[in-house]
Amino acid sequence: MNEQLALLPELLSAHVRLTLGALLAGVLLAVPAGVLVSRVRRLEAPVLGAAGVIQTIPALALLAVMVPLLSGLGLPGIGTLPAFLGLVLYSLLPILRNTVTGLHGIDAAVLEAAHGVGMTSRQRLVQVELPLALPVVVAGIRTAAVWTVGMATLSTPVGAPSLGNYIFGGLQTRNSAAILTGCIAAAVLALVLDGLTRVLGNAVAARRRGPLLAAATALLALAAWAWGTSLAAARHAPAARPIVVGAKTFTEQYVLAEILAQAVRAATGREVTTLASLGSTVAFDALVRNEIDLYVDYTGTLWATVMARRGPVASRSEVAEEVRRWLADQAGVTLAASLGFENAYCFAVRRETAEALGLRSLVDLSRHAKRLSLASDYEFFGREEWRAVEAAYGLAFREKRTMDPSLLYQAIAARQVDVITAYSSDGRIDALGLVVLTDEKRAIPPYDAVVLASPRLAREAPEVLAAVRTLDGAIDVAGMRALNRLVDEQGQSPAAAAAQFLARPHPPEPKVP
Amino acid sequence: MIQVEGLTRRYGQTLAVASVSFHVGSGELIALVGDSGSGKTTTLKMINRLVEPSAGRVLVEGRDAAAVEPHALRRSIGYVFQGIGLFPHLTVAENVAVPLRLLGWARDRIRSRLDELFLLVELDAALASRFPAALSGGEQQRVGVARALAAAPRVMLLDEPFGALDPLTRDRLQRSFDELRRRLALTAVFVTHDVAEALILGDRIGVMRAGRLVQLGTPAELARSPADDAVARLMDTPRRHAQRVADRLEGRS
Repeated sequence: MNEQLALLPELLSAHVRLTLGALLAGVLLAVPAGVLVSRVRRLEAPVLGAAGVIQTIPALALLAVMVPLLSGLGLPGIGTLPAFLGLVLYSLLPILRNTVTGLHGIDAAVLEAAHGVGMTSRQRLVQVELPLALPVVVAGIRTAAVWTVGMATLSTPVGAPSLGNYIFGGLQTRNSAAILTGCIAAAVLALVLDGLTRVLGNAVAARRRGPLLAAATALLALAAWAWGTSLAAARHAPAARPIVVGAKTFTEQYVLAEILAQAVRAATGREVTTLASLGSTVAFDALVRNEIDLYVDYTGTLWATVMARRGPVASRSEVAEEVRRWLADQAGVTLAASLGFENAYCFAVRRETAEALGLRSLVDLSRHAKRLSLASDYEFFGREEWRAVEAAYGLAFREKRTMDPSLLYQAIAARQVDVITAYSSDGRIDALGLVVLTDEKRAIPPYDAVVLASPRLAREAPEVLAAVRTLDGAIDVAGMRALNRLVDEQGQSPAAAAAQFLARPHPPEPKVP
Repeated sequence: MIQVEGLTRRYGQTLAVASVSFHVGSGELIALVGDSGSGKTTTLKMINRLVEPSAGRVLVEGRDAAAVEPHALRRSIGYVFQGIGLFPHLTVAENVAVPLRLLGWARDRIRSRLDELFLLVELDAALASRFPAALSGGEQQRVGVARALAAAPRVMLLDEPFGALDPLTRDRLQRSFDELRRRLALTAVFVTHDVAEALILGDRIGVMRAGRLVQLGTPAELARSPADDAVARLMDTPRRHAQRVADRLEGRS
């Protein structure tokens, strides 16, 4: 728990920066737009309609869309920008709609009087219409504030740190302390912002200076703390940009990212940060664009997803060599180290199922698939590997389900599904006594874990690359399973597991790549 | 003081006001009477350009109203209407001070002018810091009149200002307004559908029907030589009402 709380200032201040920034931008955009729409009535339907359509896009999808959109425009596709833009878009509708409603709801007699005493259009707006619409506008801002705080937790997968790091990380590593910390912090922040906005709005409407000053001071203090934290961090940081280690959305990735970060830090003394819970191809794209510097991927994933290779698969070493060459030639990415273990997609069943149906291989499975249900992670059914397996073995299941990778093992243990796609380095295969079915037609490529380095890192920081190379062959599959188990079963943090690994002497003799 | 020449307003095919002309002398009050839809309110609102005329022109104190910025024109003309339209987010004092602030008056000057205005419209000074919602209908319209008079305009436009008030309050306000406008020598156009009110307050009465000014004259002229039967009946209504009321009170019917 203390370990979780130690991260709170950093994540909470990042969350506050995202939320307050997006709300401020939302107010600055939506209130003038609302005024314009209430003046030019034929704009009302299209503008409110557009804001409404944005609102119907699921929050996570809206953030996800920002990634390719911004990359396409040549802007940073991961990090704070896509999260910020998504949040701003999301905050528009409630503020816009309430501004329009508030302005339309003003008594016609009051407007006639404003004309009658000789106010200009601008004086009418500032002295009469906006003050009278204010309570309704403030209600819209409160709605937007609560939505934005909640939605900002979803900005973790697009690479913006937030309280969502607790929730995504905690879900993957089955760390309920982390999940709770994230949830409670987000809920408290939402309540605080809602309350402060309400007090502020009421105080302005009732023109009471005391509460107005108190609420404004509290908001400013919150903002000053959030931005001050980031400025202080920037000032203390060395002049060089820190090295950023990325991680995808599962335990092994968190542990490996920590191992890389700690090893590089120890060997070079350079500032290293981790950026966790990136989508699979988001990580690769970010590396190519130098937005992250290091991350661990798997040769089979690169082979099938990034290089889009089809057809029968070559041997483990041939794939590795082909991948290395392709990355260097086509993407400028350096394959810095091969960690020494494979984390392959594999099909696993409960021991009793295997014995009852006589399942040893995917050929056996194909005979019984019609009566069985299969569960996999978010990606697999969209990946080339699944199409290859499906085609090679003619697999047709009774039911296919998609769930979070951390829940797959729970689901099969609880007999909610019969077959899962497991990861061969996962500690829970042994722990649950699952049987892995063999892929005799070699439809699934080998998945050697390899450390990839960004073009810039390879160019500018050979000492970092050298530090990474010491990890070449350092982790075998049993070792990786043990590390995964430390986190998944024994509740250690990825950082603690990584530290434990690095404290042990591991094969230090670097193989020359 | 106010010269109205051939004033016309069309809404699509409908002619709301058809070539109305009249002159209001300095210190004179003309009451415009007529049914709803007769064009009296539209005529009034064209004088301070709350409605823009389709044709014709208005001269206020010798200046062509069309040549002045609308908001500047309105600041020189007091306007009181049935809806009152006090600003609910401002106190009574702030409501009355709005025209003065628009004219850029200094704070001290505004404060002493407010004291005068409260006396003028017989408004309790203790109400100054209240919000309009806390006031009775009669008090609200006194504030409305005070606001219209704030910048000491010489011209006033009133659109059924007392129409929504109860009879006793209306009577009291009519009397104090009559006294006030004579004392200040206000030039005014007063729209009402109540002939008795027009007869009580108007130096001259203009009868409007279907967008036209049918007849304009003093109460006595209208009673003596009405332009047509309808005007005659209209002028006779208050007397017939009074007769019936007297009869009933004395138990004769």
